[in-house]
Amino acid sequence: MSATSARPSPAPPTSGAAFIFKKALISAGVALVLFSLMIGVRTEAGPQGGLIYWTRFGDLAVLVATVFGGSIIVELLRQWWGPVDSDRFVPKPVQTAMAFAGRWLAPALLVFAFLIPVIFYNQRYILDLSILVLTYVMLGWGLNVVVGLAGLLDLGYVAFYAVGAYSYALLATNFGLSFWVCLPLAGILAAFWGVLLGFPVLRLRGDYLAIVTLAFGEIIRLVIINWQSLTGGPNGVSGIPRPTLFGIPLDNSDDGLAAKLGIDFSPTHRIIFLFYLILALALITNWVTIRLRRLPIGRAWEALREDEVACRALGINVTTTKLTAFATGAMFGGFAGAFFATRQGFISPESFTFQESALVLAIVVLGGMGSQLGVALAALTMIGGFELFRGLDQYRMLVFGMAMVLLMIWRPRGLIGHRAPTVFLERNQAISSDLVKEGHG
Amino acid sequence: MSDDHILSVDRLMMRFGGIVAVNSLSFTAERRKITALIGPNGAGKTTVFNCITGFYRPSGGALRLVHDDGRAFQLERLGDFRISKLAKVARTFQNIRLFPGMTALENLMVAQHNALMRASGLTFLGLIGAPAWRQAEERAIDLARTWLDRVGLLLRADDAAGNLPYGDQRRLEIARAMCTEPALLCLDEPAAGLNARESGGLNELLLSIRDLGTSILLIEHDMSVVMEISDHVVVMDYGVKIAEGAPQAVRDDPKVIAAYLGADEEEAIAVMESGT
Repeated sequence: MSATSARPSPAPPTSGAAFIFKKALISAGVALVLFSLMIGVRTEAGPQGGLIYWTRFGDLAVLVATVFGGSIIVELLRQWWGPVDSDRFVPKPVQTAMAFAGRWLAPALLVFAFLIPVIFYNQRYILDLSILVLTYVMLGWGLNVVVGLAGLLDLGYVAFYAVGAYSYALLATNFGLSFWVCLPLAGILAAFWGVLLGFPVLRLRGDYLAIVTLAFGEIIRLVIINWQSLTGGPNGVSGIPRPTLFGIPLDNSDDGLAAKLGIDFSPTHRIIFLFYLILALALITNWVTIRLRRLPIGRAWEALREDEVACRALGINVTTTKLTAFATGAMFGGFAGAFFATRQGFISPESFTFQESALVLAIVVLGGMGSQLGVALAALTMIGGFELFRGLDQYRMLVFGMAMVLLMIWRPRGLIGHRAPTVFLERNQAISSDLVKEGHG
Repeated sequence: MSDDHILSVDRLMMRFGGIVAVNSLSFTAERRKITALIGPNGAGKTTVFNCITGFYRPSGGALRLVHDDGRAFQLERLGDFRISKLAKVARTFQNIRLFPGMTALENLMVAQHNALMRASGLTFLGLIGAPAWRQAEERAIDLARTWLDRVGLLLRADDAAGNLPYGDQRRLEIARAMCTEPALLCLDEPAAGLNARESGGLNELLLSIRDLGTSILLIEHDMSVVMEISDHVVVMDYGVKIAEGAPQAVRDDPKVIAAYLGADEEEAIAVMESGT
């Protein structure tokens, strides 16, 4: 306790009942002015064509009262929990518990993921949802290379997802190639398109980069819609072969897996196979990304995010570094796309809208850019939360939006904002998010 | 052209639209010596630096760099990152440009990017954890440790670069430049913002770098640094060279004094004569 704080200090201007009341009153006043015309008076064309109007002062009063009450609640919340970086008292046992949870969360999640098909064997809904979540975890990890590590804002990531999906769908339906041949091909093709996108946007930064990548995503979708002879246009591609366990189909035929193992056939087998397939793909993505971070190319990506000019002064080829980031991210997107195609059995351009890009980007930003665990948690929250709130019907988006806004107020750098160093001499200490740059394109 | 010169600048021109920032500048930097480039604000020193280190493409003239083994590079044709990668010219910046969110050690590892890229078989050998790659990484960490020790930052190796005090950041930036194993080290105002004690430490560091065999080209405003450590001084004003020579000779040159005081040459001579 310093001497100054012991003295009675003047009342801080941002707290106290009077301040809260005053702020709420101002908010209510603004709401009254805004809503008096929008809500308070309703106009319509009358039966004779003349304008008739009537008033709805009751509704207006309710709205203004809501704003008044809401403003008080928000202000109270702000003062109790405080904004970001304000000093909050956290008891010692809670801190140790948090540290313990932080260390064991990732392994626990991994073990849980492996056990999901065992625990929820008969719950098809949960298995399907897990597959969906894992697909987004993989997409998030893929985009994390571009956005989180290299700091290049990519709003058209769904384009690579689409390239991967259509690569598998078209190669499998036209040439009869198996999933395991097509998977690497889909990755390579997506990486190729990643490089193609990379070239024109090399000189762009920030907002301009975001706009061009956004346009790229739309271009790919429009090409798929309009190139009817190849892609089937809006009708999509149907009858995409299901994946096989290295040639053994997972159906109830005589040479299916169930018959070979001598067990009763169940459609759940295929779902579980798909679950472990996407789990393996996601874990490969994770493993490769973690390895890459510790290799010179990964460090160059992060250095690029921190300071591009310094990179050039150190002899790092900024062009190839950016292109490899785009290509690596796109390749993982392509793998995920191929998986998506084989899971659905049918794909159409409708699955590859901008909303998907935005969702994956939201996962990466929410998770904490560059953090693998954060992205996985964010995918679980976003996709799982989406399903959790399904009972709320039309309020789902509202609740969801509120949750995201609150999260960004409390943790503006994502769930896991700090950065783990890739190499250390003595102490492996996390780097505060205040120091880590977000990149500017 | 003699082999004692690591860098020969020949009639360097740099125009920005109608403005001539550097006008037909010629000078040489000797091998294993410290050459200082001084001049008043706006004289074009940093522009010369940016031409040498590939951030600007000169409008005219030639920049020739000769390595110890006799290999010569025309820097004006290389450009961009190749100057650091092939010609081995490293630089620091007037306003420090570290990677603030990476640790001091990581900063020095990034500096060894090109060597490590080769060792990691363009990432593929590194991905499978090949023994050759592991050894190369060990060596890279050793080199980084050596330089951290030399600049006195070994104990702060695992701290984020952005968390270091200003003077430490300056030294770390020099260490990072040295980790690229340069033939020529270009320092843009390394003593800016340092106190007298730190500035003295910097002098010792630069002299030790010179004695290790790296030539240094230096822009500096702090005359105590320039006069104490440089072997050769080039003075610029308004984009042209106005004097050149040993530090002592340059300091007494009326043209230089006139440039710094913003006075006519005759006035400066008068001031000097009345003073001594």
